Amino acid sequence: MLHIARLTWNFFRIGILNELQYRANFFIQLLQSLIALAVGLVGLSLVFSHTTALGGWSRPELLAVMGVHLMMGGLIRMTIQPNMQRLMGDVREGTLDYALTKPADSQALVSVRQIQLWQGVDVLMGLGVLAVATLQLQAVLSIRVALAFVAALLCGGLMVYAFWLILTTGAFWVIRMEHIVELFDGVYAAGRYPVSLYPDWLRTGLTFLVPVAFAVTVPAEAITGRLTSTTLLQAFGLALALLAVARWFWFFGLRHYAGASA
Amino acid sequence: MRNLLAFYWQTMKTAVIIEFQYATAQYFYMIGMVAEPVIYLVVWTTIAASQGGVVGGYTAGQFAAYYIVWTLVRNMNIVFTPYGWEWRIREGQLSGMLLRPLHPLHMDVAWFAGWKVVVIVLWLPIAAVLALAFRPELNPTPLEMVVFFFSLWGAYLIRTMLLWLLGLITFWTTRVSALYELYFALELLLSGRLVPMGLMPAWVQTASSLLPFKWAFQFPIEALVADLTPAQLLGGLGLQALWILAGLAGVQIVWRAAVRQYSAVGG
Repeated sequence: MLHIARLTWNFFRIGILNELQYRANFFIQLLQSLIALAVGLVGLSLVFSHTTALGGWSRPELLAVMGVHLMMGGLIRMTIQPNMQRLMGDVREGTLDYALTKPADSQALVSVRQIQLWQGVDVLMGLGVLAVATLQLQAVLSIRVALAFVAALLCGGLMVYAFWLILTTGAFWVIRMEHIVELFDGVYAAGRYPVSLYPDWLRTGLTFLVPVAFAVTVPAEAITGRLTSTTLLQAFGLALALLAVARWFWFFGLRHYAGASA
Repeated sequence: MRNLLAFYWQTMKTAVIIEFQYATAQYFYMIGMVAEPVIYLVVWTTIAASQGGVVGGYTAGQFAAYYIVWTLVRNMNIVFTPYGWEWRIREGQLSGMLLRPLHPLHMDVAWFAGWKVVVIVLWLPIAAVLALAFRPELNPTPLEMVVFFFSLWGAYLIRTMLLWLLGLITFWTTRVSALYELYFALELLLSGRLVPMGLMPAWVQTASSLLPFKWAFQFPIEALVADLTPAQLLGGLGLQALWILAGLAGVQIVWRAAVRQYSAVGG
């Protein structure tokens, strides 16, 4: 375990050093994030130019949801997505063999090799939006709320990771997997609004099939004073279960992998 | 001309055969894409319900019709991405394309048109599921259906020209992503992709009818969904034709300058 933590830290450092070479990309990312933020805000004001509450959520509450959505999206694109995309590429090109022959735990190794530092701009911007939203809500941020928020965010992030790993493991059978990124981005966009808005069948899908509910809505519930301890416990239990399934499926997939190089 | 037709036919056929092999991948792509209008649809039907059933002149059933037809128009809007030019130049693909006697625009138009056939076939079950789930109100007249058919391909050609023009910027600079994102953001807001223009403030609606985006997106949808007069329907097709020609002229001019700018990479 300590070994994996050290490995992660080293990959993290190398990744950051790599990214720091391309500083201009920071400004490009900043511009892109600002554009996305502007579009999000326009969308929100369009909604509230026609109504005063959406499914029981007020404007500042939805702003909080947007902040969490931005933040989690940035985290995913910074850490999870680049690793999974590299993994898909490696399976197709046969270069996965180089990772598998290393003595470290294969799942840990393929999960920590890449980092896209500049996507962190979205994380910071999401935090900023969240800060503005909490100010507008005049919510009292007790330690309890903050802890519940961080715990919910962590569970949500782990679920998204497990989900991505399960999908990516599919690359052992399906060759053209690159569209998965679009699949995930499309479905993740649903998190811009609280999942309670969606019809039952869709809400179930967004909760258990693609864990958007736990990644975005549940942390936002913590901030807006809606989170119950039952939901948080469920999130924790489900995160553990999904991680276990992902790990099992990864090794199941590996047994079916014959290598493409050499 | 006969050669050109033969080229189109063959390229489209090849595209159909190749793209059909990857049906799973196409569905990943389409499910991701369908999520977007479903989100808009849910949000706006929720608002309509809270406002007594109608918002901006749209009922829940009309929103459903708008956003379900949206999915087909969106599919028709997918053309060669401007991000792809960097790859074409870097990998030396472009050098090969330049050696051919045909303008590369023909290759893209023909290839993606063939892919559209696959997309439409695979889209039908998705549309059926969406229709069952959201109950659209849709009563098109025969004229509306005919205009819809042509306007779909008009939209396809307008967007091809626009994104080609955008992509050609790569010949001068590769730091294009922020510019592209700005373009896509404007397009999202002004084309009717985010919401029907009727929900926008009046000045946005005016701006939108003067720009090409709406004619590549909202017009085909409204041709089928809204009750446009025959004059509006045919006028819309005329405007589409104008934008296609304008785009074509733009592509010709910029392409010539771009190729002069180009020095080959790879081979």
